[in-house]
Amino acid sequence: MDEKLVFLTICGMGAVTYLPRLLPMLLLSGRRLSPWIARWLSFVPATVLAALLAPGLLCRDGEFTLQLDNVFLLAAIPTFLVAWRFKSFFGTVATGMGLVALGRFFFN
Amino acid sequence: MKKLKESAHKKKPEGFWSGVYQALPIVLGYIPVGFAYGVLAQKSGLGLFNTVAMSVIVFAGSAQLIGAGLFGAAASPFTLILTTFVVNLRHLLMSAALAPKLRGWKKWQIAFFGYELTDETFALHTMRMARRTPKKSQTFAVNITAQSSWVFGSLIGYLAGGQITDVRPVGLDFALPAMFIALLVPQVVQPVYLMMAILSGGLSVALYLLGFSQSHVIIATMVAATIGVGVEQWMKNSSS
Repeated sequence: MDEKLVFLTICGMGAVTYLPRLLPMLLLSGRRLSPWIARWLSFVPATVLAALLAPGLLCRDGEFTLQLDNVFLLAAIPTFLVAWRFKSFFGTVATGMGLVALGRFFFN
Repeated sequence: MKKLKESAHKKKPEGFWSGVYQALPIVLGYIPVGFAYGVLAQKSGLGLFNTVAMSVIVFAGSAQLIGAGLFGAAASPFTLILTTFVVNLRHLLMSAALAPKLRGWKKWQIAFFGYELTDETFALHTMRMARRTPKKSQTFAVNITAQSSWVFGSLIGYLAGGQITDVRPVGLDFALPAMFIALLVPQVVQPVYLMMAILSGGLSVALYLLGFSQSHVIIATMVAATIGVGVEQWMKNSSS
């Protein structure tokens, strides 16, 4: 693909990304939602984040892995504890990345 | 001294700079992930301009990593756009979930806010807006800071791409999972949310392994949220 077509493709990717981000908040922002929908939506943050997270911890190359050499899963346990105990966003991210770096340094 | 502290506390910045400060944990995650994307884009043969343009125009982590790979594999524009659409469709749910907090916003403000809605900014805004209504300048500062760091990470990743052979530098590829953990834990405010998070994670893994590797997140989220409402209702009925 030449650079111009690549750029046009990227613009298309941008448009199909932007519309789902924009339309619900644009259409719903001024309205009162039915209690059922509001309750359904209250589950979205926790469930969407768990759905994003889990495959990264439990799958490698399209396969399920609970092996002890799964550095991500091992690092995730103390990272969860830090997030829960200290409630520090920055500290949690730093701990997780540091632990994976350490794990790779010692075990690989 | 005590008085001084109190007055300093009162003058705690509420506006733009407070938003920049609140976005710093996202910056810590976005620079390495953006960097990884930049390296991959360089290796896929994308030019500097288009690599950075994608971070400015699309601004979506996993979709851009998949996209760079697809460009490298010479996929058609249709495949690229369709894949991006499916991968990013989950933002529909996040946008709807934040909508009630945007009452009274002007259309152009919503248009700007929605442009920078990512998994991470969504989760952060959910927490920020849960109990109070932060200033809009602070809210926009969070988004602008997050995207700036993403664009910056992509740029340096691209420039370093020639020197790097492994796209997973030490620990940096854990930035995304670590951010998800940091954002997920504060959302689990009741046992039923913990149950549904575990259910959603399990479903997501199962769907991913079954081959739904682009729509597993949105399907798992919708199923778990629906069951969550049901379980909540059932618990209410059985306790009353």
